[in-house]
Amino acid sequence: MGNVKRSPWLLHYDGSSCNGCDIEVLACLTPVYDAERFGIINTGDPMQADIFLITGGINKANQAVVKQLYDQMPRPKVVVAVGVCACTGGVFKECYNIIGGADTTIPVDIYVPGCAARPQAIIDGIVKAIDLWQAKADKMENVQKELNKLDKLEEKEKK
Amino acid sequence: MTYRIFGILAFLIFAPLLGGLLSGLDRKISARMQGRIGPSILQPFYDVRKLLSKQFIIVNPAQIFLVISFLATVIVTGGMFFGGSDILLCFFLLSTGATFLIFAACITNSPYSNLGASRELLQMMCYEPAVLLACIGFYLATGSFNVSDIIQADLPAIIKTPGFFVAFVFILTIKLRKSPFDLSTSHHPHQELVKGITTDMGAKTLALYEIAEWYEHVFLMGFVGLFFVCKNPWSYVVAVVAILATYFLEILIDNTSARVKWLTMFKLAWGVTLLIAGVNLIILMVLA
Ligand code: SF4
Repeated sequence: MGNVKRSPWLLHYDGSSCNGCDIEVLACLTPVYDAERFGIINTGDPMQADIFLITGGINKANQAVVKQLYDQMPRPKVVVAVGVCACTGGVFKECYNIIGGADTTIPVDIYVPGCAARPQAIIDGIVKAIDLWQAKADKMENVQKELNKLDKLEEKEKK
Repeated sequence: MTYRIFGILAFLIFAPLLGGLLSGLDRKISARMQGRIGPSILQPFYDVRKLLSKQFIIVNPAQIFLVISFLATVIVTGGMFFGGSDILLCFFLLSTGATFLIFAACITNSPYSNLGASRELLQMMCYEPAVLLACIGFYLATGSFNVSDIIQADLPAIIKTPGFFVAFVFILTIKLRKSPFDLSTSHHPHQELVKGITTDMGAKTLALYEIAEWYEHVFLMGFVGLFFVCKNPWSYVVAVVAILATYFLEILIDNTSARVKWLTMFKLAWGVTLLIAGVNLIILMVLA
């Protein structure tokens, strides 16, 4: 379907973050930074989201939740880890309950460093994620085209 | 007859365009009211194009069928209205469409979706009386339920039915699911009901829902315009101005109020309906 770049919808999930990064994520949506001018919507719904913003590390309690959220998102999708906690586990890395960064559970595409990550850095990460998302969408379209071709070939052979 | 076919075709083709633009305008004006730049006016079209290109996720096979039924009934409703048919019939059909939507939200397992569905039922209970009274108002003012007859009247209906108009505009906020009456689906995330009725809809299903909403909004705005239309061709200009003013008022209310509880909504909606439309009704009956 060509250009999807203009309407990236975010899903924001707070892992075991200290809430510092979450406040910065929400700050991106305030009039000062106004992420909506890029068409960005912070939807609370995984089934309609394109970009998964995860803050905080993975612990034993939220691992299954993170995995399910990722699985519920329709392709093409991109994961952005916001803050060092989500990147590596950060200051909580050595805690008894922490497994590590988001990439211990789901494939992460973009890492946004910072403790807490600044809104500028988060928006930068999202803009990078949007490009990647468009690339994935194009790839998906190409694969679909190839599959359609194969289907047609098979039909011909049957005849 | 040709006029009717023309009306139906124009609705089928232009309603999604107009509805999308209206919704884009809504987002732009809302952003300006909040001191933001806001998205482009074409944003709703970008959103729907994207939603349609995503992977198809099915929560329950019946859901997509019900959403398509919702879309179809809304299109037929609008087609009948712009084809000059009976307004009572239009609204009965629209209620059927709303029922399809409620079922689509009920059949999934998500508690948010179910909550949205039960609240949508409450909303229906609140707006139906005003809608019904508005139709009766048209009958008393012009002697007919048919759109084709109403637009042939000598004077616009609003002269005799200002009370019905106020009541209808009041419940329009409920019908458009705007704050303070956005009980069944919230426009903003991270609220207690996520997205209410649309929570469990996959991306593609949501696209159909959005398109249905565009059709529905154009139909509702058409109904607002009907209050102002008469034989005089200039009345159509007045109707367009009235529609835009009403829509702006809805956006203003949306941006300046917080959601109320259902009981408050119920009391307010029925209060306004019975008081303002009711008094108007009694006056018309006495005069007649
Ligand atoms: S990176 Fe820093 S601010 Fe962000 S969640 Fe971790 S500890 Fe909190």
